[in-house]
Amino acid sequence: MADAADKFVKQANSKKKAAHNGQFSSVQLAEQHRKNAAKKTRRMVTPEGVDLRLNLSDAGERAGAFMIDLMIQLGLLVALSLGVFFSVSPFSQDIAGEFVTIIWLLGAFALRNFYFIAFETGPRAATPGKRIMGLRVVNRTGGRLRAENVFARNAMREIEVFLPLSFTAPGVGVDGWITTAGLIWSLIFLLFPLFNKDKLRAGDMIAGTWVVKAPKLKLNIDLAGQGETQLARGLSFSRDDLEAYGVHELHVLETVLRNDVRETRKEVAEQIRKKLNRKKTKGFTDRDFLVAYYAALRQHLEGRMVMGVRRKDKHDKVR
Amino acid sequence: MNQSNAQTDQTMQDKDDILLRSRRFRTERENDWKTLENLLKRVEAGALSKLTDDEMLQLPRVYRSTLSSLSVARATSLDQDLIDYLESLCTRAYFYLYGTRTRLSERLGAFFRRDWPAAVMGLWRETLISAALMFLGALAAYMLVQSDPDWYYSFVPDGLSGGRSPSADTDFLRDGLYHDDGADGLSVFAASLFTHNSQVAIFAFALGFAFCLPSAMLMVYNGSILGAFAALYVERGLGYELGGWLLIHGVTELFAIILAGAAGIRIGWSLVFSGNLSRLRSASKAGGKAALVVAGVVIMLLFAGLLEGFGRQLITSDLARYSIAAATGTIWFVYFYMRGGRVSHG
Repeated sequence: MADAADKFVKQANSKKKAAHNGQFSSVQLAEQHRKNAAKKTRRMVTPEGVDLRLNLSDAGERAGAFMIDLMIQLGLLVALSLGVFFSVSPFSQDIAGEFVTIIWLLGAFALRNFYFIAFETGPRAATPGKRIMGLRVVNRTGGRLRAENVFARNAMREIEVFLPLSFTAPGVGVDGWITTAGLIWSLIFLLFPLFNKDKLRAGDMIAGTWVVKAPKLKLNIDLAGQGETQLARGLSFSRDDLEAYGVHELHVLETVLRNDVRETRKEVAEQIRKKLNRKKTKGFTDRDFLVAYYAALRQHLEGRMVMGVRRKDKHDKVR
Repeated sequence: MNQSNAQTDQTMQDKDDILLRSRRFRTERENDWKTLENLLKRVEAGALSKLTDDEMLQLPRVYRSTLSSLSVARATSLDQDLIDYLESLCTRAYFYLYGTRTRLSERLGAFFRRDWPAAVMGLWRETLISAALMFLGALAAYMLVQSDPDWYYSFVPDGLSGGRSPSADTDFLRDGLYHDDGADGLSVFAASLFTHNSQVAIFAFALGFAFCLPSAMLMVYNGSILGAFAALYVERGLGYELGGWLLIHGVTELFAIILAGAAGIRIGWSLVFSGNLSRLRSASKAGGKAALVVAGVVIMLLFAGLLEGFGRQLITSDLARYSIAAATGTIWFVYFYMRGGRVSHG
């Protein structure tokens, strides 16, 4: 949160050269959001003709999801074996032993291969690990994710993860050269995602899939509502006041207000008052002032957007 | 700026009083979004069948309305929170509405009726190459072991041979063909055979990614083990008996492994020679087809594992073994190349 304030203050003080004085068409309007996330954003056009933005997941999230899934699988195997063993062993130790062997042989195989496939073909297209990390699998073309895509991406995991792992298993009598070859092999696949722009692992590449972020967001209250109340109570801003900032600053202000930290609010409020050359108005808290300015600025900028003018930030010379 | 109650925005009069257009827009459309969110929450949890008819009809309507809200919001609203919310809601709804919602039984039905045989049929060139590689491996190993039995040890790993080596006497080898494991451990034996073979098949598929070569080598290597075995048994005059022992399940198993190799070759090939498509697009197109084949291969191997684990131990007549081999071979051939040929053209 302090970051947001720092950024705001820095932006307000910086003597950045004025750039971007072109006009923005309505197609470009949407481009603005989340500038730094843009590199990991992909567009997908729905049959209705609206382009949806997908945010690719990052390596850490995916590794985390995979670890969670492995833990769940291991837990299931152990629980199942214990359950079967203790329910059968009173009758015969031998049969119980044989059952447990089969559970580990078939169960490990089934889990290793079908755990991922079963979950990813479901309506959420995500394993429990992916759901916890807020991810899902999608078809790169935007079409429907088919069972064979899911199968392909998970079958490839055999050579990406499990084959190299089997080289490191102790007691497998392989000599140094084979182990070295195995290491190089696993490194190639481990680093594979770093060498393509979509951060695809080999399985995603073959299957034609992406792993994207799928957050479930709540709709928060509209801050402009509170702002309008404050404006109605008597705060007002001149046209010059509203020309001081652009869309970028408006969004930073929204973030500051939503994060709701008193010190940040105070700092930002002072910064804005300095820029607008005004004193603190009696009877209005920093928050009152900020929401009011937020609402007024948003109304002003939105009004111009309707006319096809989008003022990117305060350096934007669009008038 | 003349109103005092801008905060409450439920009634029409209040809506007209709202200063910001984007806020008025939100209050007018919000109900649809909430409806969509609630419906999605329920259907994603698997309660599709619990929706009433009205709700079923409502789902696509509120989806389209929310999607249009998103377009409007992007063009007219600067409320970041609102746009992010709509974006995430629309994406969720899109994936739900255009995602797969066929029942498992329907999907399996389509797989066996159409998708699998057609995909195998589509891989016929690679299948021939893969089979030829395995045959070459077998032939080479056969000739080498015939010329010098010591070669046997380089082809057949100790774990696999279980004492079946040139130093063993003929009676031991013959014995091994008819009862090599006690019937007690059969289920474990079948399970381990199945998992081992399936893993090999999935490897053969996945290894194709490294430009076909590892898949091709795996085929040659598998062939060479067979060739070495054959040379040993033929030399002892047990060729016919070995044939029955191998083929009862081997027709299915070898066919499956060959298909897996063919799938790997298709993937590697599509990466090297991507034609008009981009390399990524070409790989994912080949990947889908190849994955269908390999999913079926796992089923074939389950069948082969049962034949090997139970059938081979319980059926010891050579003639019966050969009949089963011939029958399975015919069934697979007709299924893949006659049915597959018809559905892939039709």
